[in-house]
Order: sequence, then C-alpha cells, then structure tokens
Amino acid sequence: MTIFIPTPLRSFAGGNKTMEVSAGTVAGALDELMSAYPELRRQLFNEQGKVRAFINLYLNDEDVRYLPLKEATEVSAKDTLSIIPSIAGGC
Amino acid sequence: MSVLLLSRIVYDAIRAHGEETYPHECCGALLGRAAADGWVVGSAIRAGNTRTDSAHNRYRIAPAELVRIQRDAMRHGFEIAGFYHSHPDHPARWSETDLAEAHWLGCSYVITEVAAGQARETNSFLLAGNNEEDKRFETETIHVQG
Repeated sequence: MTIFIPTPLRSFAGGNKTMEVSAGTVAGALDELMSAYPELRRQLFNEQGKVRAFINLYLNDEDVRYLPLKEATEVSAKDTLSIIPSIAGGC
Repeated sequence: MSVLLLSRIVYDAIRAHGEETYPHECCGALLGRAAADGWVVGSAIRAGNTRTDSAHNRYRIAPAELVRIQRDAMRHGFEIAGFYHSHPDHPARWSETDLAEAHWLGCSYVITEVAAGQARETNSFLLAGNNEEDKRFETETIHVQG
C-alpha cells in the first residue's frame, strides 16, 4: 500500500512524499514507516505510544479511528494511508 | 525572513473568500512548490468551515476534505504549502488559538482581516520549529505577482 506523507513530516522521512509498504494492517504499515524513519515516531506518537490527538489517519477515505478494527484493519496493495495533521484556529 | 509568493489571482481569491463568508471565518488550503526562501503558491482551494457552532471566530477544515486536497495536489505535482483563513472584525495577526491548533510545521498560515465585510490587511506567518514543543509563528513577507 501507499502511505501519503504530509508536507510537515517529509523532513523526518528523507524528503519523501510517499512510501510503499507491504504490511498487512494499518498498524503494520505504520511500524514499517517508523522502522524506515525513526524520527517520525516522536512526531506521530505521544509518550504513551498513542497517535497524537491532532494526527488523523485515513485509510483511503475512511478515518481509521472509526473503523471497527481501527489500526488492526487489514490493508491491501491498492489501499492508501493518508497522514493528515489537523487544521483549525480562529481569532 | 521567509517569503510567500502568491499570484494576484490567488491573493485576490483568498481575500474575496473572506468577504463572501463574512461575518464568518473562511478557510482553505494553499497549493504550491517549495522555493529556496519560502513557498511559491499556485492555487488556493476553498474548504468548508466545520465550526458552525462558532464560525464567527473559529475555523476547522474537515480532515476528510484535507485528505482529498492532499491527494489531488500530489497527483498534480503540488504540495500543501499552507492554509488561509479570515479574521472577521479582528486584526490579521495570529491568535493563541491559531498557534495551539497549528500543526503543519514549515507551512504558511495566511490571515486576512475582514472589517465590516471588506478585506483589509493580509499577513502570512510561517509555522517554524522542529516539533510541537518548540513551534512558533514567524512573520513572513508576502510577494504578490501579476
């Protein structure tokens, strides 16, 4: 599957915009990404090892948080995993 | 100081968006390419403000919409260079809320003051730093071309 790496995280991922992984689950895909680019771990996970609250993970067009198996969801080669930091604010 | 290069069309479009949504905040993404001293923005993509509970002083872009914007941008060889939003009847300066909710390090955050329905000042701030703990906004220069 293909992982889309957002602009702010590319400097921690060798400048790459995408990464192809062969893992069978979302969690496995993230592990593969962390193994290749260990500096990403601090950006994506908190000290408890949970995905930071402002980081959204989308398997194709589905929010991984709302999938029945969440990060244990199985993936195939044609799937995409998008990492999307949230965007909000106001005056 | 970094430089944000906007075409006249993009500059006018984001200001017009703020006027259209007044007295609510508008928001959107800026697509472009990295240059030596900042971003060169090629287009602005309007997004919906999901903060309908407090749209006059808050904005939020749905992550699902961002996923589509990012995917389309990359297909066309662009990157998300930053975001824009408006401050209705409030100066074009970043707020504590803006900083707390900003997570796109290295990207530009453009803010337009819209006073009584008219776009006034537009400023841009680079989200600098290496992580959440040391992130900060740095004022950058906007160059409008064309």
